[in-house]
Amino acid sequence: MAHEIPKSPKLDELEKGAWPSFVTEIKVAAEKSPMAADLLGQLEQSYDERIGHWKHGGIVGVMGYGGGVIGRYSDLPDTWPNVSHFHTVRVNQPAGWYYTSEALRKIADMWENHGSGLTNLHGSTGDLVLLGTKTDELEPIFDELQKMDFDIGGSGSDLRTPSCCLGQSRCEWACYDSMALCHELTMHWQDELHRPAFPYKFKIKMSACPNDCVASIARADLSIIGTWKDDIQIDQAEVKKYVDGGMDIQEDVIANCPGKCMDWDGNELHIDNSYCVRCMHCINVMTKALAPGKDRGATILLGSKAPIIEGALLSSVLIPFWKPEPPYDDLKELVEEIWDVWCEEGKARERVGEFMQRVGLGNFLEVIGVEPVPEMVSAPRDNPYVFYDLSEDEDEDDE
Amino acid sequence: MADVQERRTDYGPPHYEQFLPPIIKENYGKWKYHEIVKPGVMVHVGESGDKLYTVRAASGRLIAVDKIRKYAELADKYCDGHLRFTSRHNVEFLLTNDANIDPLIADLKAIGHPVGGIGNSITSIVHTQGWVHCHSAATDASGIVKAVMDDLIEYFEDMKLPGKLRIALACCLNMCGAVHCSDIAILGIHRKAPRIDHSQVKNMCEIPSVSASCPTAAIRPAEVDGHPSVEIEEERCMFCANCFTVCPAMPIADPDNDGVSIWVGGKVSNARSEPKFSKLAIPFLPNTPPRWPETVKAIRDLVELWAKNARKYERMGDWIERIGWPKFFKMAGIEFQKEHIDDFKHAGLTYKRSTHLTF
Repeated sequence: MAHEIPKSPKLDELEKGAWPSFVTEIKVAAEKSPMAADLLGQLEQSYDERIGHWKHGGIVGVMGYGGGVIGRYSDLPDTWPNVSHFHTVRVNQPAGWYYTSEALRKIADMWENHGSGLTNLHGSTGDLVLLGTKTDELEPIFDELQKMDFDIGGSGSDLRTPSCCLGQSRCEWACYDSMALCHELTMHWQDELHRPAFPYKFKIKMSACPNDCVASIARADLSIIGTWKDDIQIDQAEVKKYVDGGMDIQEDVIANCPGKCMDWDGNELHIDNSYCVRCMHCINVMTKALAPGKDRGATILLGSKAPIIEGALLSSVLIPFWKPEPPYDDLKELVEEIWDVWCEEGKARERVGEFMQRVGLGNFLEVIGVEPVPEMVSAPRDNPYVFYDLSEDEDEDDE
Repeated sequence: MADVQERRTDYGPPHYEQFLPPIIKENYGKWKYHEIVKPGVMVHVGESGDKLYTVRAASGRLIAVDKIRKYAELADKYCDGHLRFTSRHNVEFLLTNDANIDPLIADLKAIGHPVGGIGNSITSIVHTQGWVHCHSAATDASGIVKAVMDDLIEYFEDMKLPGKLRIALACCLNMCGAVHCSDIAILGIHRKAPRIDHSQVKNMCEIPSVSASCPTAAIRPAEVDGHPSVEIEEERCMFCANCFTVCPAMPIADPDNDGVSIWVGGKVSNARSEPKFSKLAIPFLPNTPPRWPETVKAIRDLVELWAKNARKYERMGDWIERIGWPKFFKMAGIEFQKEHIDDFKHAGLTYKRSTHLTF
């Protein structure tokens, strides 16, 4: 090994303890990679000085794509020359984050030859992150990824890499095939993903039930969350087994029902499904006895984002119940309507959720051609500043 | 002549089907129920009667290729090469032979990867880059995560909590990974206004974008020392650093005044109660690398306070709403101060406009 590994007394402290140590990982990579060695050194300096040492990223990428590579440059290139460029390549993950050992080995081998050897499995959006390489390695890396059939993910003001829960692949609660939908939308919108042309980022996350294991309602502009329309399926024999086994069904299940629509008479569980809000609690607790209904689909919500600029938002209901049918043309059309309006009228760096608030949800619905329904609001307005539009009424009188 | 590969673009991710183990393909969409066998191990049973065992192990998110190879090796040894990663950075091995569970767990522990994080436990801390890779980090991510999870490891390896507890960390207000709906959120913050390099603003930034970037309209164009630049009305600055995001000539990081804040009570799932945002609990703790002892202690105290007092299944936010925020502040020993009161756009909606008070 020709390069030195810097001393890192503060970071070394984090090699102790039960949780897997990222410091150990950096050191292991540093044995082979001068980039990882300098990363260790710069990080130790950050721990000493309590400040980061990265500059704003520049524009780097691969030919033909406008994103997917995050430029990163050290602000101490003379001290840590091997992280003078230390870019990140986002690799679009397989839906559900399933891999085989073979696929992972290919990625590992490739990355060792072209970068720092450090990765994030995975980034918050969902991509597999290759952490740290130089500008002149980007095209060779992309060449290698092509051979492995892995493509680059999104970044910038584009459609970011969609992600999903594992849904029907392993979960008995899945109300639709989240992985199939995620893969299809990712493939359909490759252009939007690779070539930033939006006012700002747009994220799509799919959970197959209201437990929302990918935090779609909090982290995606377009949240698609599985649900069902009809009655919860009950296996009364299994319910009885839970109760006989010691479960306090009244306290643990019935008292926790937000719809207050459950009843246990000592023998049978009754649910008044017309008041069930599909919260999943009873199903979570009694998974052998209860299951979502048979008429399954998804609720589509729009608009969530982190605080900057106008405040954090959770996505709000756009379509109360949607039946996913491949190739999901109705969803694609709806989303493209939304993009058209947002691209046309949105400000720079204005997320869809902020745009909706600025123009008003009512107006937004009109423009994208969706009828307002009470499911879209927690309550109707309580302020009387109503933009009554009489021109519509006048037209009716004339007829 | 050398083989020239035709350059492809826009081909997307590999289809997931090639990575699924046969048992998943055979039972896809036809799973009946699951049970937690023991910490970190669950079994999904298909309508067919087939059983798929999942072993979940802690994974640090930042991993070297050597670790990836180790995971691959373990997957080959115990489950025909099939594994996956979770939405919160952990690794899962997908077994069909239950005799392999304990040997796999032993092998994982031998390489320093505790097994757990399923059921009423702390699964891991969602986080991003921090000082490892990000220009806007007010704190480090991996370091705090390691320190906190080291301390709370008993809650990862066992299932002794009343309900689920999700902890997430954001190194700055950009919140990559959206920590704003976590039971406990750790948020890196600045507390001093940016320092503007007026000679560089016009070279590195678009002045109208800088003005537009400020949530409180604190920034306006101004000529300073003969340079076209911007000025900040510091009384209106709440140190969100969005101006720095769009203008590298306005750095804001400051080792003595940066630190972390702790937020509580958020949730993402719809179970029992609707999703909600995390609320400010502890306004400031200093950056004290490598182990951030103040932060580690504060989080342990919050976890144990909730664990001791919450009902079964009751998430932290639900528990606090039931007992009321005044009781929470008292029980947690946190002094309520001006900074706890909202003062942004819809602040009025958070004032207590009723007499529902406890004494």
